Amino acid sequence: MAVKDIPDNVFMTTLDAAANWSRANSLWPMPFATACCGIELMATASSRFDLSRFGAEVMRFSPRQCDLMIVAGRVVMKMLPVLQRIWLQMPEPKWCISMGACACTGGVFDTYAVVQGVDRFIPVDMYVPGCPPRPEQLIAGIIALQDKVIKTGTFNGREFAKRTVAMGPPPFDADELIRIREGNEQLPVLN
Amino acid sequence: MSHQELLQTRFPAAGLVFSDFRDNHRVQVPKERLVEVLTCLKTEGGFDMLVDITAVDYLEYEDADDRFGVVYVLLNTSTGERTIVKTFVNDPDPTLPSMYPLWKSADWTEREVYDMFGIKFEGHPDLRRILMPDEFTTFPLRKDYPLKGRGERHNFPVITRSES
Repeated sequence: MAVKDIPDNVFMTTLDAAANWSRANSLWPMPFATACCGIELMATASSRFDLSRFGAEVMRFSPRQCDLMIVAGRVVMKMLPVLQRIWLQMPEPKWCISMGACACTGGVFDTYAVVQGVDRFIPVDMYVPGCPPRPEQLIAGIIALQDKVIKTGTFNGREFAKRTVAMGPPPFDADELIRIREGNEQLPVLN
Repeated sequence: MSHQELLQTRFPAAGLVFSDFRDNHRVQVPKERLVEVLTCLKTEGGFDMLVDITAVDYLEYEDADDRFGVVYVLLNTSTGERTIVKTFVNDPDPTLPSMYPLWKSADWTEREVYDMFGIKFEGHPDLRRILMPDEFTTFPLRKDYPLKGRGERHNFPVITRSES
């Protein structure tokens, strides 16, 4: 069949792209909620902010059924082995969102018992700042994660270890905001 | 008879120091007389409930003679009367008799004081750490322990993306 015979409503793509697209739009979050960020996470999942608009509403409390861990709240040194175990129990491909100041950096709890950022001990894909972040912020983080999933694909740890070039969205450039404010640069157009 | 009069008649020369602040009736007891005083307060004073045990580290306090103060908060559930009994212990081996035989609520509260301050309670049936992990080696609420710890909070294996 020649290419010109394909009707207009049929798209040509790679199987990877189709798999990434479907995977990005059906994330299954594992809520690891230890503090007040967990309350915002529940608000995000419920009707007013409605995480199901982005295909990520099916929270499962078993790590075996999840592919997105949302660490919401501070993690203390007694909880960290639990967090690592749950992360290892999740099937691949899997992603992690570090939600809130405490999960990202320890926040105001700079004490002997609180881990200063979960990214020291498990890989984190997306950081959502705030204390706690509003549901809109978490949704923005999930949309950004969907962008990352579409661009980087659904590979496992072994495939990740074999990579030689960086993939995914460009990293955040803090100086970009300063340059934009000085008027030397236009906002980048996302497409 | 208030518990203060009771203690004064029972222990006239025990060196008890009484003080009051608003609703708080406090008595300082030497640690040698602690068991007698608390037993008297329970059996004769009617203080049938041990609300809390806590401790204070007086390290680097200018007018403090002793290192640790241990505070027992007692409640008489029939009259609503409360009293606070305080005693002092010192390094290098701060030890007190356990109050577990008198009040069963001393079980977890003494474990907490042991966990945070390292004060041992002789006669306690199961003196283990209650809040910190078992492999923790020091006592975090002592004033000579740094606020940010000694690196225990980051002494864990790292899981990388390739390993997960």
